[in-house]
This record gives sequence, structure tokens and C-alpha cells, in this order.
Amino acid sequence: MVVKVGMADLNVCASPDSIITMGLGSCIGVILWDPVSKVCGMVHIMLPDSTAISQNTNRAKFADTGIEELLEKVLLSGATRSRLVAKIAGGAQMFSVNTNSPTLRIGERNAEATKAKLKELNIKLVAEDTGDKYGRTVEFFPATGEYHIRAIGREGKII
Amino acid sequence: MSDMSIESITEQYLDVLAELGNIGAGNATTALASLLQAKVDMKVPQVKLLEFKDVGAIVGGEEQEMVGAYLGVEGDITGSILFLVKKDVAMHLVTKMMMGYASGEFGEMEQSAFKEISNIITGAYLNALSTMTNMCIYPTVPDLAIDMAGAILSVPAIQFGIYGDNVLLIQSQISDDIEIDGFFIMVPDVESYEKILKALGLIQ
Repeated sequence: MVVKVGMADLNVCASPDSIITMGLGSCIGVILWDPVSKVCGMVHIMLPDSTAISQNTNRAKFADTGIEELLEKVLLSGATRSRLVAKIAGGAQMFSVNTNSPTLRIGERNAEATKAKLKELNIKLVAEDTGDKYGRTVEFFPATGEYHIRAIGREGKII
Repeated sequence: MSDMSIESITEQYLDVLAELGNIGAGNATTALASLLQAKVDMKVPQVKLLEFKDVGAIVGGEEQEMVGAYLGVEGDITGSILFLVKKDVAMHLVTKMMMGYASGEFGEMEQSAFKEISNIITGAYLNALSTMTNMCIYPTVPDLAIDMAGAILSVPAIQFGIYGDNVLLIQSQISDDIEIDGFFIMVPDVESYEKILKALGLIQ
């Protein structure tokens, strides 16, 4: 089975299933994985910081609260805290328009906030494919720990 | 105004946007007809308030290859606009505009032609908004992305994400010899949202 994760959404899955999010742009698909129990979870975050925004009830939308919530979910699904590792992908800058809008650098800021949160939670980031200016479809296989990344007009990669 | 979530914005505002969509699409149709030198028809545009998870489906799936033109908005209000069509539709428009000289690929000439089309269409909407609100509004030079719908849409979705959990888009169908399904998303910056609502008389 393939578990689907939407924008500002999160879910968990275990081997032999996989978990996918399609068409990531500036958002980030964060994976937490326990290689022994082969339980994983993915959160598709959109914004770096829930404290900067008043409309913050959807925890999966933000790097800080999204990763916290995902951590709770994977632990409830049988993952062991000390074994967890993280893989992240996305955070592209889709457009470069000459405006002052800070939202255009949002991909980069999402990646920074994600890494800062993982560090704070003491979860090791073992693989990353972020930045650049193209969309990504990402699928994680908890059986092997492979994070498959597809993009239009590019070779697929596995991190 | 403390509560600026999109959910809190009334039906009335959606009606205003629908009207804006109508006038804008009307202007755009006229402009496109003269640019392409063809007869162009349009359907009544639809204004949709979508949850993030449904945004991909409305444009034909998150992985649908599309061309998006992204423009900044300047003047009395600031923000951004995204005009989005499927790649084959974009190529059709470009080929028409280049009178058969397009290569079939999105090279520099084709991209430049599509930017011009985007300028005309977004300009038509901005003119409508400008007339309705009596404000001076103009677009910046567009930047293009040819990529998955989900990735392109993540840009306005994130901007909407600052206000709430929905995306507001105007879907307009224009047809010449094929049907052109175009999506138009305008995201005013926070302060500008309030200015627009005030100018339209929806808030004090």
C-alpha cells in the first residue's frame, strides 16, 4: 500500500508499505524513520515557524510543530526514539521575481527551520535533497530506508 | 484587523471576487482575441475556496505538468499573482501567437511569448480590480516555471498558509479552437488585503 500525504498533512507507515507526497515545491517532506522497527512517518510542511503566525492550529503546516507532531505519531506507532533518523527533501525556490517578499525565499527558510528543529530534538539528519528550483515527488520505503525523488526532465535519485 | 483568516471572509467577498473574475476574464478575452487574431469565447469563471489537499486535484493532479507565470503586484497594494495553464495549452497559445513559428519546445522565444500572454491576462484582471477599488495597481515582469502543478502551486499556497488553511483561486475557461482552462491566483500581502476590503466597502 502507498500512504499519501497532502500539503500541510502528515501520516505514518510501516514496512512493507511506502509513503508518498507529490509535487513538492518550496514545501519540505520530512521523514522520521526507525531502521529497526521499520516504522516511519512523513510530514509535508509549508512554513518555517508557527510562532510567527496567528493562524497556527494546523500543526502539520509548520516545521516546528509539524516535526513535533510527527515524532509523537511515529513513537505511538512503535518507533523507538533513540533509533530515529531523518531524511528531508524539497525546499525549492520555484520563482525568482524581483520583489521584497520574504515568501520567495521560503524554501530555503523551510530547510533551515527543519534542520534546526531536528537538531533541537536530537534526531540525526542522514540524507537531504533540498534547494534548487524544481518540483519533486518523494516516496519513502521504510523497509529499506530509501527516499526516492522524482522530478520532471531529470534522473530520479535515491537518498 | 486581528482575524484575517480566509475562512472568516464572507460570502460577500467571494461574490466580489467572482465579479472581479468576470470583468477580468472579459478583458482578458478581448485582449487575447486581438493578440491571437482569432475568435475567443469564455465561460463564466468560477471562484473556488479550496483546502490545501484539494488544490492539486482541481488542476488535474499534483504531478500534472504546467506552466506558471508568477508576477509581483505593486502600486497602492502589494502582493503576487500566479497564472497557471497546462503545458500543452500553454504551447497551443504560444504557437498561435508566434503564428506557427514556435518550435514545439519551451525555448527562450516560446517562454518570452508566454510571458507576454501572461502579462496580458494578469493585466486584464488587475485592471478590473483597479477599476473596482479605485486603486493604482500594476504587475512586475513575470517569471516562468514549467513544472509539476503541486510544486508551482506551493508558492501561492504558502502565501495563503500565512492567513489560514485554504487557497482562493479563479478558474476561467477560455476557448478558441481548443478549450483553455486557466487558473488565476492572486495573493495580496496582509496589509493590502485589508486595503482591498476597505476599498470595496466590505469592512470599515
